[in-house]
Amino acid sequence: MLRYVPLMIKNALRSRRRTILTICSVAASMCLLGTMFAIYRALFLSEPSAAQALRLITYHRVSLTQPLPIAYGDKIRRVPGVRDASIWQWFGGAYKDARDRRNFFARFSVEPEHFIRIHTEYQWPEDQKQAFIRDRTGCIASRPLADKFGWKIGERITLVGDIFPVTLELRLVGIFEEPEQFEALLFNHEYIRQSLPAGDRDMVGAFVVEAENAAAVPRVTREIDAMFANSPYPTRTESQRAFALSFLSFLGNVKLYLLTICGAVTFTILLVTANTMAMSVRERRREVGILKTLGYPNGAILGMILGESAIIAAAGGVIGLILASGAAAVVRAGPAFVQQLKTLSITGPVALFCIAFAMLIGILSSVAPAAGAARTTILEALRSTE
Amino acid sequence: MALPISYNFRNLIVRRTTTLMTALGIGLTVAVLLADLALVNGLRDAFRSTGDPLNILVLRKGGTSELVSAVTREVYQQLKFKPGIARDHKGDPMASLEMVTIVSLPNGLDSRGSNITLRGILPLGFELRDVRLQQGRWFQQGQREIVVGRLIAERYNTGIGKQLRFGKGLWTVVGIMDGGGSAVNSEIWGDLNQVASDFNRENGLSSVLVRAADLATVPALINSINDDQRLNMTARTEKEYYETQTISGAPIEYLGIFVSIIMAVGSSFAAMNTMYAAVARRAREIGMLRVLGFSKSTILFSFFVESLLLAVIGALLGIALVLPLNNISTSIGSFVTFSEISFNFHVGPAVMAWGIVFALLMGALGGLFPARSAARKEILTALREV
Repeated sequence: MLRYVPLMIKNALRSRRRTILTICSVAASMCLLGTMFAIYRALFLSEPSAAQALRLITYHRVSLTQPLPIAYGDKIRRVPGVRDASIWQWFGGAYKDARDRRNFFARFSVEPEHFIRIHTEYQWPEDQKQAFIRDRTGCIASRPLADKFGWKIGERITLVGDIFPVTLELRLVGIFEEPEQFEALLFNHEYIRQSLPAGDRDMVGAFVVEAENAAAVPRVTREIDAMFANSPYPTRTESQRAFALSFLSFLGNVKLYLLTICGAVTFTILLVTANTMAMSVRERRREVGILKTLGYPNGAILGMILGESAIIAAAGGVIGLILASGAAAVVRAGPAFVQQLKTLSITGPVALFCIAFAMLIGILSSVAPAAGAARTTILEALRSTE
Repeated sequence: MALPISYNFRNLIVRRTTTLMTALGIGLTVAVLLADLALVNGLRDAFRSTGDPLNILVLRKGGTSELVSAVTREVYQQLKFKPGIARDHKGDPMASLEMVTIVSLPNGLDSRGSNITLRGILPLGFELRDVRLQQGRWFQQGQREIVVGRLIAERYNTGIGKQLRFGKGLWTVVGIMDGGGSAVNSEIWGDLNQVASDFNRENGLSSVLVRAADLATVPALINSINDDQRLNMTARTEKEYYETQTISGAPIEYLGIFVSIIMAVGSSFAAMNTMYAAVARRAREIGMLRVLGFSKSTILFSFFVESLLLAVIGALLGIALVLPLNNISTSIGSFVTFSEISFNFHVGPAVMAWGIVFALLMGALGGLFPARSAARKEILTALREV
């Protein structure tokens, strides 16, 4: 079959405009498909990194908005297999003008000593760590966040609370590097605690827990939840990954959206290539007759047309993927909605899968016209005037 | 003189396979856009039809949602005697103290369940809202009874007599309420004092809804509450509060528009392909028409119209594809209330009109160049073509 490839390419280039238009059309669709596949893979199929795999979040069984007693922290730390645990309190609030979406980033309060012990993958100088532990009004920012606002060490950052009726005047004491490129500001929970009236200060939103090793994770998860099951504040413990995905479910059934879009796009590509191939085969009926007269078997003619369609679809697929990596860059630059999307890219497996998928669609779409051409008798084909 | 539109129509019918495939491609693109718009439209309807222009929602200063707000009974006592608040038939001020929290109902999809807004409310609160009982009766004060919204009853199979477990025990559903198209349909209501005691919030309630005496006093009342230092509360109209929540649909809306624009690019190329083929096939015909005296611009216009006609067929197919979605109920999480809002897809006339406009745009993009090439054909060469 391979020796027919030059002929297939020649055939494809015969009506140059049609082929180019088809390739462009397939490319637009494949760009979407590639982006959707990459998003789907990043959200639902990717493996968490070694550090992430050990990390769990414990929060109120009903909802993150309902608080847990602060004393749970010590109890969780005493569970066998737990390396450490820290308060993890979403602060919300407003930085500068909250109406500008650019001013939105994650703000958490934590217990610095425990937090530093948990997040060993964060890279930052020892003296900054000490300053974070010592300074109750100190805060630290991830590198992308600090760069975005041009913050330097010593920067004054004011956060006006909404969940908490407090205004925090923070001082930047550290900037850390971490692999996920997450935009986050972290500060000492003790600062919030001291600003609250006595009745409210002993409740927190959640705890981040680190297990000693991967084998201990399922047991630790079970034991923490079992420990508080019959208390007025039952808990839910789950992996950080599952926790992040639960936010995504706010947008509705994201899996279904992605799959529906992929389905519609796939069907569109099918229609476009099928249409093109039908047109080009119709024009070439006489030629098919001549090939047959020369002794080309039906199988070769069938294969040649299927191959031509696959080549066109693959060309569209390659261009589509190049466009898709541009689209992925746009997603990366977008708001830090879900952590996994901050590192979205069209990886090797996704690219290979997409091109194979495109070729498959190309072949499928031309089965009907190709079979028709292969079946026509020589006489009939030669008599054709089209 | 212009060529009759039936000429274009017949041409499309003669080449029905190609026409149908191209139209279906356009139709799918339109369908993706319309499904997205119908979803966002339904969500907007739900939020827009919530709230009475006379109602003012009072939250803690800095509080952006009822969920993160806190009101004490002392504040409520002061607030309720502000001048400008309407009186009910007994002469009491129409100010309803309420408590809002989240409960989770099993949804059969994941173990986490769905977050639903639970509202502790007094009978006065019913009068402030446009809500009526669809079935059963209202809950009795001091009883562990609840009334569920219409959509909650449908989606979570919580009919009358069913028992739900949240707070400190079981609650019995005694009624189903219908709030028109409003967000009330996605809420669960119970007796204020009973709910507050279950969640240990006897004095930490959420919000006060007040009814102004008339439209003219609304701004004055809002100002007087905002300026009152003792209260430390912030007021806005109920309408405005729900308006801001329509932002929850924004990510889905943008995703859908982004996807359909890229698909539209692909479909335009496909339409262009089909139209070029139509022009090539009818070269002799075009020559004939020119000989008969039809001008270049008439030919251009005719082919352009044919492309638009093709697009309109596509749009109608697309609309037919999304019509079954109408009134299917779905839900989206609100980042403001951290709970679900249920609503129906709504494929209204405006949505359909957008679909047709969108398709016409694709048809215009795809038809312009082929039509121009048809018009530019030299009469002699056109006639000589086979």
